Amino acid sequence: MNLDELRRRVQEFLGAHDPAGDPVAFLRARYDAGLAWVHFPEGRGGLDLPRAWQAEVDAIFTAAGAPDNKPHTNGIGLGMAAPTILAFGTPDQQDRFLRPLWTGEEIWCQLFSEPGAGSDLAAVATRAVRDGDGWVVNGQKVWTSGAHNAAFAILVARTDPGVPKHRGLTYFVCPMTDPGVEVRPLRQITGEAEFNEVFLTDVRIPDSFRLGAEGDGWRVATATLNNERVAIGGGAVAREAGMVGIVADAWRAHPERRTPELHDRMLRLWVDSEVARLTGRRLGQRLAAGAQPGPEGSAMKLTFARLAQQLSGLELEILGEEGLRYTSEPGWTMRRPDRVDFTGRDAVYRYLRAKGNSIEGGTSEILRNVVAERVLGLPSEPRVDKDLPWKDMPR
Amino acid sequence: MNQPTTDLDLLYTDLEDDLRSSVRTLLAARLEPAAVAAAYDGDRSASTPLWRALADEIGVTGLLVPEEHGGAGASAREAAVVLEELGRSVAPVPFLTSAVVATTVLLAEPGELLAELAAGGRTAALAMPFSVGPDADLPGLAVDGAGISGRITSVAGALEADVLLVPVVADGGLAIHAVAASDVRIEPVVSLDMSRQLADLTLAGVRGEVVVGAGAGEEAVRRGLLAGAALMASEQLGVAQWCLTTTVAYLKERRQFGRVVGGFQALKHRLADLYVEVESATAAARYAAAALAAGDPDLPVAARLAQAYCGEVAVRAAEEAIQLHGGIGMTWEHPAHLYLKRAKADQIALGTSGAHRAALATLVDLPG
Ligand SMILES: Cc1cc2nc3c(=O)[nH]c(=O)nc-3n(C[C@H](O)[C@H](O)[C@H](O)COP(=O)(O)OP(=O)(O)OC[C@H]3O[C@@H](n4cnc5c(N)ncnc54)[C@H](O)[C@@H]3O)c2cc1C
Repeated sequence: MNLDELRRRVQEFLGAHDPAGDPVAFLRARYDAGLAWVHFPEGRGGLDLPRAWQAEVDAIFTAAGAPDNKPHTNGIGLGMAAPTILAFGTPDQQDRFLRPLWTGEEIWCQLFSEPGAGSDLAAVATRAVRDGDGWVVNGQKVWTSGAHNAAFAILVARTDPGVPKHRGLTYFVCPMTDPGVEVRPLRQITGEAEFNEVFLTDVRIPDSFRLGAEGDGWRVATATLNNERVAIGGGAVAREAGMVGIVADAWRAHPERRTPELHDRMLRLWVDSEVARLTGRRLGQRLAAGAQPGPEGSAMKLTFARLAQQLSGLELEILGEEGLRYTSEPGWTMRRPDRVDFTGRDAVYRYLRAKGNSIEGGTSEILRNVVAERVLGLPSEPRVDKDLPWKDMPR
Repeated sequence: MNQPTTDLDLLYTDLEDDLRSSVRTLLAARLEPAAVAAAYDGDRSASTPLWRALADEIGVTGLLVPEEHGGAGASAREAAVVLEELGRSVAPVPFLTSAVVATTVLLAEPGELLAELAAGGRTAALAMPFSVGPDADLPGLAVDGAGISGRITSVAGALEADVLLVPVVADGGLAIHAVAASDVRIEPVVSLDMSRQLADLTLAGVRGEVVVGAGAGEEAVRRGLLAGAALMASEQLGVAQWCLTTTVAYLKERRQFGRVVGGFQALKHRLADLYVEVESATAAARYAAAALAAGDPDLPVAARLAQAYCGEVAVRAAEEAIQLHGGIGMTWEHPAHLYLKRAKADQIALGTSGAHRAALATLVDLPG
């Protein structure tokens, strides 16, 4: 199928399905027609077409006023869980999870980090123990974005404490509706609670919800993390999309605040942002040509985090007095948002939220290690506990 | 702010990869780093044979010229790949000055000289200080009954050229005269970058042939300088890539404190940051080359963006290469200094990084 045929397919679909009708029915039909994510296989919401063509499809649907799947409310589902399920899931798992994930009927979250396992994710202590045709899970997760809205989670748990940490992990889909799952809000520096603590007490997971082999969780998690870094750091396709556009507009709106020093920073950050956009396009073209997301995503994410932080800081200085005021409704009051939003709300919110960009999805320090070791081939960090059974690791 | 309209291909085609490997093989066989360094001590003998080989064996001189004007009918994308390789070996050849800048100037009114440049039979240079960029005031010489007279300083590519493209003030603008190099006093300058040595030109009543008329001359020169800026980004990319690769390789071998120094996290993080910048520079340089090749309306932004970004990355890469090599990086014997000199000179050539940012301020509506 070429691009014109694809466009025609979308138009035919719109002829047969009323965009003003029931949104869920419309989205399910769109998935079944292979127009959800065209680079996915046929029968899984796609048509085996180049990833880059998706933008065309989305644009036609948007122009027709069709409902979208509110991608911002399900970033972890779309950006991380879906590609992982596609790569490691059985056909049954793909049938069960992918459609409601894509339509937004089921929101996903990521149960990876723990109090004792952040950068050193392979150290997770949450235990999953075999019980008949299922697993019983106990442990504590932390920093879980959007857990309060999620139907499912991707979960990394320890199934064999007797082997070194990377080898004893298994990757599961965890139903967040299980009575053993308790989600408590964690308030962050913006005043709201986008992330949570999640306590898992005798949570039952059927073995059919295991992704990949027992003990192969690290490999599966690595694929998820590579996708996560692309999801966080990639994205923007239009010039001045994202943070740079907001700050450039602030610059344009406030001629009275212009100084040579701010101008120089504005221009440098505009240049860096536009080059980052092109770097993302280039990575996108490589993926479209068949490359797998690899450590290059880490490079994109490093740049993204730096720019988001520098730009949002510059914005406050451009705004001057206004930059001292956290004017949003409802201000600092605690709330639990339904989405992860890097650029929404107000300038002060953006400045504060951007601080998380160099921590979430792998800290910038860890990403530099990843680039140095996996791309440049420099020696690894000393790994004192690499060959030690997990249960004997110093804590 | 203008939105780019086309999704230009930022990867390398198979053809471009083939061209790269031919150029790389030729350079590896015919150019010793020591020969580049020798230029600093007055021995420029490496330049001519290398330039002849690139012209005759690979045909690099005609890349930007359409077939109907005697060229190879390739595009700026291929020229960019050649420049990456020339940058990677700081090759002392007048490709940028003749096959890109002078050639683009002549493309305004194609004639016999253009065909001769394309065929590699002659080599030209634009008689303009190398620091002049596409947004600068363009100097021109005066002409009277006796011919063209005046002085032009710091011209790149003049020492290798047999013909000089001299901008001459004429009614309604600048006319471009082709002047035989043998009619001009050409004094070599002891330059920061001797792998692209500059020269001062003195013309005393010289006759030239008008190759671009007064109506089109200024625009032709600006286009030549813009093409130069767009494609020099690829040369800067090549310089930066060499610096990164060489430094990473060295730090994997060099041992201190009982371990390979490339294992120290302070250095790993610096190299990771440099890698990110070099990857980004690749996208910026590719975008400029693709925009130039396609005649894309976004070329004015693409070229200045590439210069604003790649110019600084090349300098940083060279500075990091020297620092991270320690004492050996400071020596004449190690080639790192050749890259620093090329990178710093390139950052100033065809408009500084700052001049390109200033031009962007207007182009993308971010006024100061
Ligand atoms: C806004 C936000 C949302 C998040 N959402 C989720 C989520 O939905 N699901 C989830 O599972 N997790 C989530 N996280 C958690 C995130 O992945 C972790 O915070 C992160 O991996 C760092 O772990 P840590 O907090 O334990 O810090 P640590 O690992 O304790 O790091 C402390 C400091 O040490 C540095 N450091 C650690 N190891 C090294 C090393 N080897 N070399 C150099 N420096 C090192 C780190 O860079 C950091 O600066 C989120 C975090 C944030 C901020």
